[in-house]
Amino acid sequence: MKILVTVKRVVDYNVKVRVKADNSAVDLANVKMAMNPFCEIAVEEAVRLKERGIASEIVAVSVGPAAAQEQLRTALALGADRALLIETDEELGSLAVAKLLKAVVDKEQPQLVITGKQAIDSDNNQTGQMLAALTGYAQGTFASKLEPAGDKLKVVREIDGGLQTLELALPAIVTTDLRLNEPRYASLPNIMKAKKKPLETVTPADLGVSVASTLKTLKVEAPAERQAGIKVGSVAELVEKLKNEAKVI
Amino acid sequence: MWHYQAPLRDMRFVIEEWLAAPADWQRMPAFAALDVELAAQVVEEAGRFAGGVLAPLNASGDRQGCRFDNGRVTTPDGFPAAYQAFVDGGWAALACAEEHGGQGLPQLLNAALLEMIYSTNHAWAMYPGIAHGAYECLRAHGTPELRERYLADIVSGEILPTMCLTEPQAGSDVGLLRSRAEPAADGSYRITGGKIFASGGEHDLTENILHLVLARLPDAPSGSRGISLFLVPKRLPDGRHNAVRCGGIEHKLGIRGSATCTLSFEQAEGWLLGEPHRGLAAMFVMMNSARLHVGLQGLGHAEAAWQNAAQYAAERRQMRAVRRPEGRAEAPADPIHYHPAMRRTLLELRTLTEGMRALGYWTAHLLDQAEQGADPALRAQAESRAQLLTPLVKAYFTEQGFRLASSALQVFGGYGYVQDYAVEQILRDSRIAMIYEGSNEIQANDLLLRKVLGDGGAALRGLLETFRAEAEAASTLPECGGFATALGQYCDRLATAAEGLAAAAAQDPERPYRAAGDFLRLLGLVALAFAWVRSARLAAGRADDPFYAGKLESAAFFFAYLLPEADHRLALIEASRQPLPFLPE
Ligand SMILES: Cc1cc2nc3c(=O)[nH]c(=O)nc-3n(C[C@H](O)[C@H](O)[C@H](O)COP(=O)(O)OP(=O)(O)OC[C@H]3O[C@@H](n4cnc5c(N)ncnc54)[C@H](O)[C@@H]3O)c2cc1C
Repeated sequence: MKILVTVKRVVDYNVKVRVKADNSAVDLANVKMAMNPFCEIAVEEAVRLKERGIASEIVAVSVGPAAAQEQLRTALALGADRALLIETDEELGSLAVAKLLKAVVDKEQPQLVITGKQAIDSDNNQTGQMLAALTGYAQGTFASKLEPAGDKLKVVREIDGGLQTLELALPAIVTTDLRLNEPRYASLPNIMKAKKKPLETVTPADLGVSVASTLKTLKVEAPAERQAGIKVGSVAELVEKLKNEAKVI
Repeated sequence: MWHYQAPLRDMRFVIEEWLAAPADWQRMPAFAALDVELAAQVVEEAGRFAGGVLAPLNASGDRQGCRFDNGRVTTPDGFPAAYQAFVDGGWAALACAEEHGGQGLPQLLNAALLEMIYSTNHAWAMYPGIAHGAYECLRAHGTPELRERYLADIVSGEILPTMCLTEPQAGSDVGLLRSRAEPAADGSYRITGGKIFASGGEHDLTENILHLVLARLPDAPSGSRGISLFLVPKRLPDGRHNAVRCGGIEHKLGIRGSATCTLSFEQAEGWLLGEPHRGLAAMFVMMNSARLHVGLQGLGHAEAAWQNAAQYAAERRQMRAVRRPEGRAEAPADPIHYHPAMRRTLLELRTLTEGMRALGYWTAHLLDQAEQGADPALRAQAESRAQLLTPLVKAYFTEQGFRLASSALQVFGGYGYVQDYAVEQILRDSRIAMIYEGSNEIQANDLLLRKVLGDGGAALRGLLETFRAEAEAASTLPECGGFATALGQYCDRLATAAEGLAAAAAQDPERPYRAAGDFLRLLGLVALAFAWVRSARLAAGRADDPFYAGKLESAAFFFAYLLPEADHRLALIEASRQPLPFLPE
């Protein structure tokens, strides 16, 4: 089975982000960038499927600036076989990304696409779903367990109030949730080997995809600073405050 | 609470710009395949490992410590698993040759790895701490059989080595040691004696432990010319337990997760490493890298102290500041990093830490050039320069590591003094590095007496030439002309001071020993001035990027607020004319 995994370059989760002075965007100058944690989980799952002999090839794909090669190299060091960068300096919306990925799916014909459920920068949570719609592949979002069996794939999904198990016909798209696995650290020998693995770069134009944006960002603002909390003396007092001060019950 | 983020940006700056190491790698056949991206990825992944695996065990390892029970040592929870992950990740073998199963990467990248490991967990790092030195020693001096038997296992991390020099009566003065070795019929030796303070002398990280033991042969001359080096495994090749016993572990101020062991050898079987009576010479091959690594402990502690203090000072609000940064509204109480005293402390932390990083990595890069350089003359020059810088890096960095940990603790106020914040642990852990691997006083004597005066000042002159060439290169840039002038002046003053000490030593042989500590600190400051002139030169014209703007600010801070300490050191070197009285017996 050939697996396509998506990898996004985002602000490292440790970084305290700041908004640019003109409120146009988050300030990325000199900020540490890293692979989106949900993408790490996607890569890890693909590598595990390969280690179990289920996957035959893992292709990592990223849409982003030239520097996103770093994250693709990480994916290669973690176990992907080759990588593809769709290079663009534009800040693309989910639909444009999904269209680009659709073009890659058409070309690569993977049996399984694994994406993160969302990227921690914009938290959109829609690229995987859009890609499923564009390709017509079955989809299993927020996966916490995958179990392939022949041309079927069992997906346990994390849904409100519990777990849902789906059986998907392959080819399919799965988006990862946090509990799917715990990603490994890249080992030094594998980092060295990754250097020799192929990493191809194409542009959206090469794929014949228009990435014209349908959305415009008007303003980016930091959330209001959290106010200090208080300690309540009793449950009764808590209920009273929730009712009359916070007015949430 | 513990905060650590690998300082990747600055590491890349030092490796790629300050040292321009990738261009040198191209000229070294062993590293020709290494490029900027790969090096950066190695450092980044090493940082993830240190931050993700080692940092979480730092405070818990300190609280729990090691346990000793009837000859066995149990290390803190998580230590053995972290070691396994370290070995599985291939990190232990980073700078070992490929022919022995290593990754064949430069010492420079190993220095970056070690800095991060020491920042995140010094106690844990003690276990694999001397593996690389033992590897070099065995490679250089082991017989083919010994190399065949142990080299690959050291590289793979299967076996961890120790270094057993110290005995109760023999600390700084290894010449006083009494452990004995008698030749056996089969060409091996029987070692008998008591060693103390052996780091990792017993533990549960590996099945076997390989002790490098200094002992005397029966016909040995007295003093340090009669010492031989032996390999003594805990378990013998046929699986038997060797006659090595751990009698206990020390209860210590810091690095509590590291087992500091008393070991007794009772007719233990071992093999000679190197020539008889030439044990110290055999150990010499590991000395430069081992002392550099201890210096990197100081750097690691300084970095951890800086990061924690910087974060805390941005959040803690007390008192109203005299001035605030542009655009910051008045508040009932300001973050303490607005107060000038705290700004000075924090800038000092940042400036010294970054400056030491440049100097420490430079020394590692010199070791690479000494070993792998294509041109023999340049190899020899790199070797002599690394030897000159090594005692400086060891002593200066470890002293600053401790002092800066104390400064960082001050930033935390009372919270720094209690265990809830990590900074008191940094203070305790950093202290040992000033003592072991040759105390800082021994390093100061080595620097001034052997490395500077010993060769008539030749190595020092070469170093100062490099410093002056940098001053010359920077002198025309408006941002750093003033720094360059100052660097040139202090080079002259340092050279004069060294000449004065050399001349005075003829009448008063004790004089340089009275001045050695101040001379070391003076050279440290001048070397930092060099580091900051070069950093400022690289940053010149790029102040629109906050990283380089920060470099220019730090350089200006260094020359205004920190370099003046050199005047104080020069005055103290002058003061060392005055004899010191002896103390009552
Ligand atoms: C936690 C820990 C781990 C250690 N790990 C190891 C290890 O793995 N292997 C090992 O063999 N040893 C190890 N040691 C021992 C360590 O290397 C010694 O403690 C160190 O060499 C100093 O020896 P000493 O303690 O006997 O002090 P001494 O040599 O007695 O020195 C006492 C003081 O006198 C000063 N002094 C001595 N001679 C001079 C001189 N000529 N000029 C100026 N000052 C002088 C010293 O600088 C020091 O300040 C360890 C020690 C500790 C505490």
